[in-house]
Amino acid sequence: MISEEQVRHVANLARLGLTDEEIQRMSGQLGAILESIDRIGELDLEGVPPTANPLNLTNVLRPDEPSAELSREEALAIAPDPVDDLFAVPRID
Amino acid sequence: MLDLTAHELAKKIEAGEISAHEAAATANARVGEVENDVNAFVTTTPELALERAGKVDAKNGDRRFWEGVPLVVKDVLSTRGVRTTCGSQMLKDFTPLYDASALTNFGEDLIMVGKANMDEFAMGSSTENSSYGVTRNPWDLARVPGGSSGGSAAAVAAGMGWWALGTDTGGSVRQPAALCGIVGLKPTYGRVSRYGLIAFASSLDQIGPMTRDVRDSALLLQAIAGHDPRDSTSANVEVPDYLADLEKGVSGLRVGVVTELMGEGIDPGVREVVQKTVSGLEEAGAEVGEVSLPHSRYGLAAYYIIAPAELSSNLARFDGVRYGYRSPDASGVHEMYRKTREEGFGDEAKRRIMLGTYALSSGYYDAYYAQAQKVRTRIVEDFRNAFSRYDVLVSPTSPSVAFEIGAKTDDPLAMYAQDVCAVPMSLAGIPAISVPGGLSEGLPVGVQLMSNHFTEPMLLRAARAAEQAADFEFTLKP
Repeated sequence: MISEEQVRHVANLARLGLTDEEIQRMSGQLGAILESIDRIGELDLEGVPPTANPLNLTNVLRPDEPSAELSREEALAIAPDPVDDLFAVPRID
Repeated sequence: MLDLTAHELAKKIEAGEISAHEAAATANARVGEVENDVNAFVTTTPELALERAGKVDAKNGDRRFWEGVPLVVKDVLSTRGVRTTCGSQMLKDFTPLYDASALTNFGEDLIMVGKANMDEFAMGSSTENSSYGVTRNPWDLARVPGGSSGGSAAAVAAGMGWWALGTDTGGSVRQPAALCGIVGLKPTYGRVSRYGLIAFASSLDQIGPMTRDVRDSALLLQAIAGHDPRDSTSANVEVPDYLADLEKGVSGLRVGVVTELMGEGIDPGVREVVQKTVSGLEEAGAEVGEVSLPHSRYGLAAYYIIAPAELSSNLARFDGVRYGYRSPDASGVHEMYRKTREEGFGDEAKRRIMLGTYALSSGYYDAYYAQAQKVRTRIVEDFRNAFSRYDVLVSPTSPSVAFEIGAKTDDPLAMYAQDVCAVPMSLAGIPAISVPGGLSEGLPVGVQLMSNHFTEPMLLRAARAAEQAADFEFTLKP
């Protein structure tokens, strides 16, 4: 099980608003899902290296050469609230 | 014209018997006929298709073989100037500023029928998680088409376009292809650039062809594959000719049937079709045996930690600041984030963001995420062992045929279980293809074939033989 208090804590970490009803439902559903995935704890994997990428790629670099990218006008054209050539947000609290 | 495969249509366009414009008009007309029943699209683009078809026709000899054949594009692939929603309210008015590389690889004047419906941000196995209505399976309109690329699969099965692009993170190309009676290929991780693919789980996502037959699958992979400096995980590996070996057959090929994916939890009717297809491959000269993937039973659990962990990070970008939806009534920036995400995301997206955030949070990271990454290593090793003895492995694609709309929506775990045969291959990054093998309960069953990294030519050759052995013929539905 995962408590409603834990659900609220995780929702806050994810900056995700949830209604009281959603929190209640999420507590039960996440609990059931976690119970089913807990089986991976059965395996003794001491010393096994982790796999983050199936091709085991590391540090793929490209030459650091400037090139034309999106213009400011284009980037701001799809913004919810562009002000003075910037992305505007409500008061930072 | 609607009865042709994509490569047959391409040939007629090449020969000047049919124009690309006529093909686009035919696709548009078919959309007019059946889209009301199927709802395969979030957005249709009939004028754009005709305009681009005109350009392709004008190119005359100077064009690639496949360019004249209209394509359906899953609504998770960015299309410049055409709304791209990901099935979400979060992006209901989002118009990308650039095209996905897979699309520009296909051709500058890609003739697009429309943007196909999908589970929100590609999370789901039924397309019921779309904010734009459920897509109906053309074989039985009361059933789901599978997911998350359900719109792409249904469009191809219904002939609204000759082929489609889907994306596969844990089966999202293969499972809907199986449920709609078409061919779906998840290429090797990194084979197709993810640039412009709106990310779900970055170490798993891969774009793949959804087609009427295996030859079309090879042709569409040819059109989209290749290294891309804009995607640092795209593979710098030469693109071979995917059509050259297609008809060489399976004589001498070693084919292993995956024991763990042929038992409990798999419908008997599905198993029977897979077994029949395997017998067909044996008759065609393949050496058939059984193979064990002992850690595949942990695949689903590892997947449902790794994928949510990655998506909870990737979906952090939807914060209402730079693009997409922003909640109109928030007094401070933190309230704006919370409300934007509360109002913009649907239930399944919220559930998985929560699951992933929990698995990555302080105190739980080692037990979940770190452990799952080690399980992933074991799964990779299982496949390595299997491929030391076999060239191609076979299993069902999905544990059941298409289920009824609403049957699993209240039970996330039952829905996740749909992915049981598909996720081990995603975790290992190997290529896997679903080919229709026959019918069970009057509905199509997909047979999954898989092979080692970057061996698509052999995989497609085996899939072509499976297709010939199968008791199945593509016909337009509904």
